[in-house]
Amino acid sequence: MLQHFGPQVINLLAALLLLLAFAMLSQRRILSLINLFAAQGFVLFLSTALVAALTDQKHLYVSAAVTLVLKVILLPWILHRLIRRLNVKWDVETLINIPTTMLVGILLVILAFNLAAPISQLAGTVTRSTLGIALASMLLSFMMMITRSKAVPQVIGFLSMENGLFFAATAAVYGMPMVVELGVALDVLVAALILGIFVFEIRERFDTLDTRHLEKLKEH
Amino acid sequence: MSAAGIAAQFTELALAVLLAPLLTGWVNQCRAWLQNKSAPGIFQPYRALAKLFQKEVILAHNASSLFRSAPYLIFGSLALSAAIVPTLGTDLPLNEAADAIALVGLLALARLFIALAGMDVGTAFGTLGARREMMVGFLAEPALLMVFFTASLISHSTSLSTIVETIAHRELVIYPSMAFAGVAFVMVSLAENARIPIDNPATHLELTMIHEAMVLEYSGRHLALIEWAASLKLFVHMCIGLALFFPFGIAGGGDWVGLVLALPALLAKLAVGGAALALIEMLSAKMRIFRAPEFLGTAFLLAVLAMLVHVMLEG
Amino acid sequence: MLGPRNLRLASRLLYPAGAVAGLGLAAVALQAIFESPASRVLPLGLPDLPFHTRIDALSAFFLLLLGAVAAGISTFASGYLRAGEGQPPGLQCLCYHAFLASMAAVLVADDAYFFMVAWETMALSSFFLVTSDHRQAEIRRAGYLYLLIAHLGAISILLCFGALQAGTGDYTFDAMRRIEQPAGWATVAFLLALAGFGAKAGVVPLHVWLPEAHPAAPSPVSALMSAVMLKTAIYGMLRVTLDLIGSPLWWWGVIALAAGLVSALFGIVYAAVQTDVKRLLAYSSIENVGLIMSGFGLTLLFRGFGMGTLAALALTATLYHCLNHAFFKSLLFLSAGSVLHATRERSLDRLGGLIHRMPWVAWCALVGTVAIAGLPPLNGFVSEWLLLQAFLFTPGLPHAYMNMLVPVAAAAIALAAALSGYVMVKFYGVMFLGQPREASLSEAHDAGPWERAGLLWLAAGCVALGLAPVTVISLLDPVTRSATGYGIGSHAGSWLFLAPIEPLRASYSPLLFFVVATLLVVVTWLSVRVFYHGRVRRSGPWDCGFPYLDSRMQDTAEGFGQPVRHVFEPFFRITLETPSPLDSRPRYRELVEDRLWYWLYLPVARAVERVTALVTVLQRGRISVYLMYSFATLLLLLLFVR
Repeated sequence: MLQHFGPQVINLLAALLLLLAFAMLSQRRILSLINLFAAQGFVLFLSTALVAALTDQKHLYVSAAVTLVLKVILLPWILHRLIRRLNVKWDVETLINIPTTMLVGILLVILAFNLAAPISQLAGTVTRSTLGIALASMLLSFMMMITRSKAVPQVIGFLSMENGLFFAATAAVYGMPMVVELGVALDVLVAALILGIFVFEIRERFDTLDTRHLEKLKEH
Repeated sequence: MSAAGIAAQFTELALAVLLAPLLTGWVNQCRAWLQNKSAPGIFQPYRALAKLFQKEVILAHNASSLFRSAPYLIFGSLALSAAIVPTLGTDLPLNEAADAIALVGLLALARLFIALAGMDVGTAFGTLGARREMMVGFLAEPALLMVFFTASLISHSTSLSTIVETIAHRELVIYPSMAFAGVAFVMVSLAENARIPIDNPATHLELTMIHEAMVLEYSGRHLALIEWAASLKLFVHMCIGLALFFPFGIAGGGDWVGLVLALPALLAKLAVGGAALALIEMLSAKMRIFRAPEFLGTAFLLAVLAMLVHVMLEG
Repeated sequence: MLGPRNLRLASRLLYPAGAVAGLGLAAVALQAIFESPASRVLPLGLPDLPFHTRIDALSAFFLLLLGAVAAGISTFASGYLRAGEGQPPGLQCLCYHAFLASMAAVLVADDAYFFMVAWETMALSSFFLVTSDHRQAEIRRAGYLYLLIAHLGAISILLCFGALQAGTGDYTFDAMRRIEQPAGWATVAFLLALAGFGAKAGVVPLHVWLPEAHPAAPSPVSALMSAVMLKTAIYGMLRVTLDLIGSPLWWWGVIALAAGLVSALFGIVYAAVQTDVKRLLAYSSIENVGLIMSGFGLTLLFRGFGMGTLAALALTATLYHCLNHAFFKSLLFLSAGSVLHATRERSLDRLGGLIHRMPWVAWCALVGTVAIAGLPPLNGFVSEWLLLQAFLFTPGLPHAYMNMLVPVAAAAIALAAALSGYVMVKFYGVMFLGQPREASLSEAHDAGPWERAGLLWLAAGCVALGLAPVTVISLLDPVTRSATGYGIGSHAGSWLFLAPIEPLRASYSPLLFFVVATLLVVVTWLSVRVFYHGRVRRSGPWDCGFPYLDSRMQDTAEGFGQPVRHVFEPFFRITLETPSPLDSRPRYRELVEDRLWYWLYLPVARAVERVTALVTVLQRGRISVYLMYSFATLLLLLLFVR
């Protein structure tokens, strides 16, 4: 029964991931963004655990546990604390309005799926169509980084890009070597550290987290 | 078209017309429980209707015959839409007369007439309500249509009975596109039935209302019919949701036993649905009217996304 | 014999005669749809280029449209155009019938020469009709714009025919049909046809003449232009692509579909913010033309991929919508005309409450409103239903991106359809319902007997086309068969149920629908009367107890359009003047204009002006200079052309 329902549930989780990516795109409040990011981490945990059960790869259980601890518990907690310290709970203003963003998002989804289609043909798993969705959610997170003007949502966008990548790795090709995973996770951690320092510097310099103020650093 | 089908058709229509106020009463009761208040009882809408029917109708001097006939037209259209949605059985004789697109058109027809009736007397509230109702309509109707499209793409048909048959009676398959469509449908239903977060059904603050503003000039039996039609609309929307997303329990064609079992199943599902609606209303705040287009735009785009997800993952 | 009284009498007789002729034409065309194509060479025209005519199923269908709608409009005009509207009535009658005749000629023309002659006559006669009230500068300006864009379109069509004749010099359509065009030239011809016929049909961005010309013309003329003239452009498009070129490429369909979607959304969004009745209807025509073009694009798409039956379905939806639009749009324009004659007001902000003074016009307009909003059981719903059914098959397209992008297009169509409901509630509610916004409206009189007859004919047409779709589809079957090789009429279901593909897939029965709905309404009414009572008491409006209600408190047309202005703000160019809180006499002014006018037309106009400024250098004014030009040209020709 697991073999029959497993791939279907993975497809469902892929759809949920896409839904969460769109929800993050259309969300105005930063608190809700963090909660959605935690939800994305939870979906990732479920799908990794399911893939581990389906393919019987022990190291994926470990990876699922790590995902749960890091992305569902630790990172959201750090972000919540950051928000409270920086006092940035206000509504997020976007560079282009939300319906247009979502429309562009839909076009990106079509593009991503068609780009991933030839690669999906090569993969041997039943859930290969999720590769397109994972690529789409990465592109959507990237777009979220572009259209937000405050620093914290941009950081969240970067982190959710990595979520998309992780999902692509586990669901579409049933896991990647542990070494690669650890390498990617380390990259993300270092990047988050640097972004954290960056955020504090901006705050110190401009007394606001609006990244449009960085334009003042131009030569003239 | 079998005898069971005809029986199902009549029972469905009668059930919808008779039980719709009960559903509204149940939702109000659940809301009161959640807010730790005591509700007036689940049969209160019936008492309200009875009171209104007995009262005299007071018409403005410049109310036209369109104003006088609109309540009957609205009630008739919504009753017909209740007859089309398969709630007890799928072998309905009216199934071949109207499909999902015709159902959306029928709901739009009711909306057109109530908006025109709101504009008829020429008060500020009537036109305000009509304008807002049509605004909610022009965004919610395409979203609803796209939800039906997703279901149609899955079942290769726009006929509601075939959709229900496909989803209920074939082997259990999880459709991710229906997850998107489900979220979009809930958002659209909340908007169309004038529920929080779009409109507050209990408010009488004119600046914040949509539905109440349009029917301000109605009284007596006309108002009773319109209130009844509004409960019927909620009933129809909930039944559409059940038919698309939880159709288990709806009898197939010509199955008398299944038909008898479908009735308690329907009542149970409606009870759960009503409680869920009360919970959603409790947990949300009414949004500014200018945010409503964003809300509905999100619903519309989610419905479009549902179609895309279907083509991508299930095509 | 040619005295003014006799001329007036003649013109009074001619309009009803024209109506009868229209009915006759419709009957003949109805026969001709089912017969095989008949052609004839007329002895008119130049000695070497006689007029070829041909009636096949496609022409016959559009002739049927022309005849049936013109019958209603001419009946209306018999009562309406008695005074001539700024022109002598005899002259107007002549132009009107020349217009009708030229449109019929366009539909039967079988060679490029006759086609262009008829096309030009159509443009010129309609120009004279549009500028009937030529003493007003605004109307002259609208007529000039109309003529300009009509001629730009005509040049494009001429070039298209030039491309189609492929160097053989034979401009008859028969010859063009026989030629096998290479893909490059065929594409050039298609694009030229799209530009030329699109300009006449009002496809964005060549639409700017429509909202100017329709309000300027007298109402029967606006109705005729919107209902029939736009369809001749669609006919031209169909004729060139499906008949003369023969085998369309699939990506032409994408272009047509995109143009159609943009026009549909653009048109309806602009209609929602108008305050002039006829401009609103003109923009709504742009939207409907957009829907027709989308259906046409879908046909080409399916045909290009070899999906014949689906192409037939899309083509049926397109042609059905042409017929429907002709009926309901002319009905609405004529109602607006009646209101204009009765109240002398064209601005929605000065109308209101007319359902009491003009019941005939109001109830016919209600039929038109419900029809154009695409609501069951009337005709607008049937064509939209067919179009949406065709869109439901698009995920099956064999192309990777198309099978995802085209379903998204269906969402845009649904949005345009929902918006048209909004616009029509605004149109009907502000004009006929509510309180009268001006005191003079109490003197409004209802339409005369001729006008009522015309309106009733068109309203009956809307109802009939809605309740008997299978009959209409069996009419369209020969047309789609000749155009695409397939037809859906044979299995479109029985007379009661419309099931274009198969009954399990989708089925609609408007008659049953209508009967059951009426039954439910009557049963409700009777039950309430029987169980309770039917007492009514009249009093002032409730209005939440506010006693000082006046007509300025209801929504204006501009106010009703505010949600659309707010949601679709990037579409418009809005100039807003709001008063400051300290103003003792606050004034509010908002101007909503067409962006394309500023982005496309004004820059082009300025560029043309600059070029002409350069060329006017040649115009010295001295005779010796001009003689020198002729002399230089003569020398050049003698030297270089041996």
